[in-house]
Amino acid sequence: MPPRALILHATGTNRDHDVAHALELAGAQPEIVPLNALRERRASILRYQLLVIPGGFSYADALGAGRLLGLDLKTYFAEEVRAFIESGRPVLGICNGFQALVKSGFLPGLNALHNTPYATLTFNASGRFECRWVTLTPRSMKCLWTRNLREPLYCPVAHGEGNFTLANAALLADLHANDQIALIYANADGSPAGEQYPANPNGSIADIAGVCNPQGNVLGLMPHPENHILAHQHPRFTRGERGGLGLELFRNGVRYVKG
Amino acid sequence: MPLPLHCLIVRPRRLPDPRSRRLLHDAHALGLTRITSIVAADLYFIEGTLTAAEQLRLEAELLSDPVAQIAEWRGHQSSIISHQPGNRSTIIEVVLKPGVADPVAEQIVRAAKELGISGVTRAATGQRYVVRGKRLRKADLHALARGLLANGVIQHYALGSLTPHFPEAAAANARVETIALRELNDDELLALSRERRAALDLAEMQAIQRYFRAEGRDPTDVEFEMIAQTWSEHCVHKTFKAMIEIRDWRLSANLQSPISPINSLLRTYLKAATDKIAAPWVRSAFVDNAGIIEFDDEYEVSFKVETHNHPSAIEPFGGANTGVGGVIRDILGVSAKPIAATDVLCFGPQDIDPKSLPEGVLHPRRVRSGVVAGIEDYGNKIGLPTVNGAILYDPGYTANPLVFCGCVGLAPKGKHPRGPRPGDRILVLGGRTGRDGLRGATFSSMTMDAQTGEVAGASVQIGDPITEKGLIEVITRARDEGLYHAITDCGAGGLSSAVGEMASACGAEVDLSRVRLKYAGLAPWEIWLSEAQERMVLAAPPDSLDRLQALCALFDVELTDIGAFTATGRLTVRYGDTLVLDLANEFLHEGIPQRRLQAEIRDWRLASAQSSVFNLHSPPSTFNATLLALLAHPNIASKADVIRVYDHEVQGGTVVKPLTGAQNDGPSDACVLKPAGTKGMRGIVLSNGINPQYGKLDPYRMALSAVDEAIRNAVAVGADPERIALLDNFCWGDPNRPETLGALVEAARGCHDAALHYGAPFISGKDSLNNEYLGADGQRHAIPGTLLISAIGLIEDVGQAVTMDLKAAGDVMYLLGETRPEFGGSHFDIVRDAQPTDKRRHTQHAIRNTQHVPDLPPYAPRLYRALHAAMRAGLVRACHDLSEGGLAVAAAEMCIGGRLGMALTLATDDPITALFSESNGRLLVEVHPSDCAAFEQVLAGLPLARLGMVTGGDRLTLTTTTETLISLTTTELLTAWQSPISNL
Repeated sequence: MPPRALILHATGTNRDHDVAHALELAGAQPEIVPLNALRERRASILRYQLLVIPGGFSYADALGAGRLLGLDLKTYFAEEVRAFIESGRPVLGICNGFQALVKSGFLPGLNALHNTPYATLTFNASGRFECRWVTLTPRSMKCLWTRNLREPLYCPVAHGEGNFTLANAALLADLHANDQIALIYANADGSPAGEQYPANPNGSIADIAGVCNPQGNVLGLMPHPENHILAHQHPRFTRGERGGLGLELFRNGVRYVKG
Repeated sequence: MPLPLHCLIVRPRRLPDPRSRRLLHDAHALGLTRITSIVAADLYFIEGTLTAAEQLRLEAELLSDPVAQIAEWRGHQSSIISHQPGNRSTIIEVVLKPGVADPVAEQIVRAAKELGISGVTRAATGQRYVVRGKRLRKADLHALARGLLANGVIQHYALGSLTPHFPEAAAANARVETIALRELNDDELLALSRERRAALDLAEMQAIQRYFRAEGRDPTDVEFEMIAQTWSEHCVHKTFKAMIEIRDWRLSANLQSPISPINSLLRTYLKAATDKIAAPWVRSAFVDNAGIIEFDDEYEVSFKVETHNHPSAIEPFGGANTGVGGVIRDILGVSAKPIAATDVLCFGPQDIDPKSLPEGVLHPRRVRSGVVAGIEDYGNKIGLPTVNGAILYDPGYTANPLVFCGCVGLAPKGKHPRGPRPGDRILVLGGRTGRDGLRGATFSSMTMDAQTGEVAGASVQIGDPITEKGLIEVITRARDEGLYHAITDCGAGGLSSAVGEMASACGAEVDLSRVRLKYAGLAPWEIWLSEAQERMVLAAPPDSLDRLQALCALFDVELTDIGAFTATGRLTVRYGDTLVLDLANEFLHEGIPQRRLQAEIRDWRLASAQSSVFNLHSPPSTFNATLLALLAHPNIASKADVIRVYDHEVQGGTVVKPLTGAQNDGPSDACVLKPAGTKGMRGIVLSNGINPQYGKLDPYRMALSAVDEAIRNAVAVGADPERIALLDNFCWGDPNRPETLGALVEAARGCHDAALHYGAPFISGKDSLNNEYLGADGQRHAIPGTLLISAIGLIEDVGQAVTMDLKAAGDVMYLLGETRPEFGGSHFDIVRDAQPTDKRRHTQHAIRNTQHVPDLPPYAPRLYRALHAAMRAGLVRACHDLSEGGLAVAAAEMCIGGRLGMALTLATDDPITALFSESNGRLLVEVHPSDCAAFEQVLAGLPLARLGMVTGGDRLTLTTTTETLISLTTTELLTAWQSPISNL
């Protein structure tokens, strides 16, 4: 029986089918569930083994990307989401899903700081939306989504508010110490982008592209590994280039559930 | 007692932030160089009684991002945000005009309740700018506000603080006027048409008069407005269906008489081509909202390209935004899922002196940034990859920018139902109805003037992509479940046009009082005609209502039942108990008299001031300079800055991306898509052809060239030349001027001939006429007649797609096709004219004067088929089409794409032609040495020249047998090609 993955669909979610395809190829059984069905208790998050909050523009990014979906997570589903996370099951927030997890406080999830906002994803340093392919080097040994990845991932970013920002420098040390920095933006050779555009496309501090919670089961990332799951999606496949499939990340999550 | 109004000011913590930096840059570009800093902040106005704790929660949890932003309630002193004493600064605030949609404000009211704060009654948003500068004058600040910060069509601004005007709650408005037109004389009829901005001519007004005389009554305003919309150029394309008398000045006087009039350009040239080609894979041409071709055994693909020019001229963001939204609804209107967007944009020169602009015209920089942002906003938010397009600049587009928005859809075969049945309910899905976009169809059918911005303010529509995303979710599911019998979009003319069209073969009864409104107070004609966005109309049997309602609830889509289809052959509309419209279908849809128009055709080359005179023996340095100037020309230069703000990866189907090559920055000829959910490896190819420069000299050959370019681009990435369908989009001036119409006739004839030449049928099209601007100076500002050809093709295996970037040193380069001295409308001419020293040098040695616009090569269809066979056999490593700037530009772009060099030897005694001519039907192809024999065999009997090699270095060298013409490094090429974007 393939593990069941819930893909949360809010108004404005748009990479739900993309991530469903990725999960399917990775061996899960994805199901796109509208937020309203969860609100009306016609479905429950806890009946699934994986939870994915995909990319898109929930609520049209009104008041900041992920802000209003984050509010939904905090108000309507706080208990269920918390219980799901605490049970250790894999949770993945991509792009808008990452933004919602950060703005609702589930990520980076430093418990001591629960009620004070200390991390955010704000406007790209370039001031504009950027769609371009980036190299991601996996860093965290703790994050169940990234820890077995042997080579850098190659996949596109497509966002205007992906600049990972912390309220103070001490927090960066905490994230390092907790092994919560799951993925960093890198140069083509896998070395850190050094906060240089365009390898770091949005100005994120310490090239952070993805962070996990201290337990390692919740990952949020800005880039879209679900858009590189087939060889011909590689922008240079006509040049014979292969590899860096984002599919590996989904396989990791599914493999974890299967044990 | 009015409720208190709170105002929160929110600005970034770290300054200068990107938005403020860009504003300052744009202000300087507008000539406002005394401004030294602009700091932008957002304003949130919250109406209601709030406790201090509630204010704090709204600030920290909803309205600001405390990590990245600073927020402060207006009126609380101790301010970090308001200007510091001693530092001279001025504040400009901007708010929306009443009635303009403010979706963020709606979310604030909703989300406050979600936070448990029940006191918020209304909200509004605005912006605040703190401007500093040296010796700033009031006039500078007003110029900044008008030129950059606020658009008077939708916004107010003030130097200082502003509060928003909430629209007053109005009572329902049942007012219906009767228009006494039965007794009017001809002059009075025309005056009535003008007064109501109906854009109807005398014959049309008389036909209306005759109908109502026979009915024995005068029309209501609802009836008159509906007829004006239904009979508008936008809705019925009366120019393309007109009887056109031709006068051809190219023929001698005694040959004048035999030219018989053309009865409908549409039938004579466009549909005729499709009928003659009779391709079995065309599933719908010129009938539905979009053209449809077969994809495979399971799916069909639809494609439509629309224009949204007039709205984009007045409010670039909203105009382009709703242009994208509109064409997506065309695709939903054939029950298909939108899978890709295309956009072709034409703007005035970006560096034009603001003082030289006609009154009421926005600066082309502002038009461009607004249009691009509008497309970005809608396409990205709705989750549609924007994968193909073009951007062109010409002074003729300064007052009339062109915005072509295209959408591709995918649907299971045979699932699109087309016939409402009597008894079916008329359902409106999606957004609510407001005053937005009133009379858009007639507005787009008129010449604009300086007042248009003011008068047509109500015609500006604001898009809401998230609501339309909900429509996609609901409609694709409703289609799969077979819940409706017919569907159409609400576009120009709103409900009147959507319901009118659907009921044209049966009849319908509508009650306008049921339509859900954004705010009360709309008169019945306004409800019926409103062009509020994001609405679709469905004809559904009563027993599927519950299921449809449930689907709508799941995706936050509103559904309203406004009436029923009947078998009466009449359209009747009530407002509550009052009958406000009662018209026979026959009159409404067949009653419009055919227009009779005069066209004059001449040799436009004679009128052109340009002459292509140039030197055969220019020194080599000139060729280098010319190539670099061509690469840096904004029409040819990299469009990466625009391409990258569009999401071109969402849905995971983009195989050949808009930018390609070793560094993902070379310009692709076309896009290849592998639609998610389809089996096998078959894909869709999208491309376009457009060149208004050609049309200035020879509109017939412009059409030939645009068709050839679109097909050539598609074939270059691997499309099967036997499976390409075309869309036409004509943007023209006023067709009542015989010479303007003559050029249009010639272009339509060119479409016909080129389509037959390639066996590529037209499946859909659109025209946007009257793209003229009557300046306050009394001068006409018309666009160059512009034809966009969009092509949609199939590729059997996306894994065999070919890109334009050079792959490996040592490979052999071939030129396919014949090069002739065809320089009419060439970019070589444009660049040469822009370089005074070059020009002088060229004219000294005047050798030849040629104004030939490139013709259609007779061999091209065979060549493309052979090239495709070579690609199928895996013999082609890279392929790039030759267009603006000719061989030299194409070779340079291939070097840029692959970061490799190329050494070509041209066997010619006419290097300018060899390097820069824009002859059609040509491509540069890279072949591995071991495949050359096989490649040459496949191309046997066709024009093919082996020109040289890909080299390991980074230098492009183009030589004749005796001299070096061009020698430049890839870095030099790249720097020139990217210079316009690095200057932004």
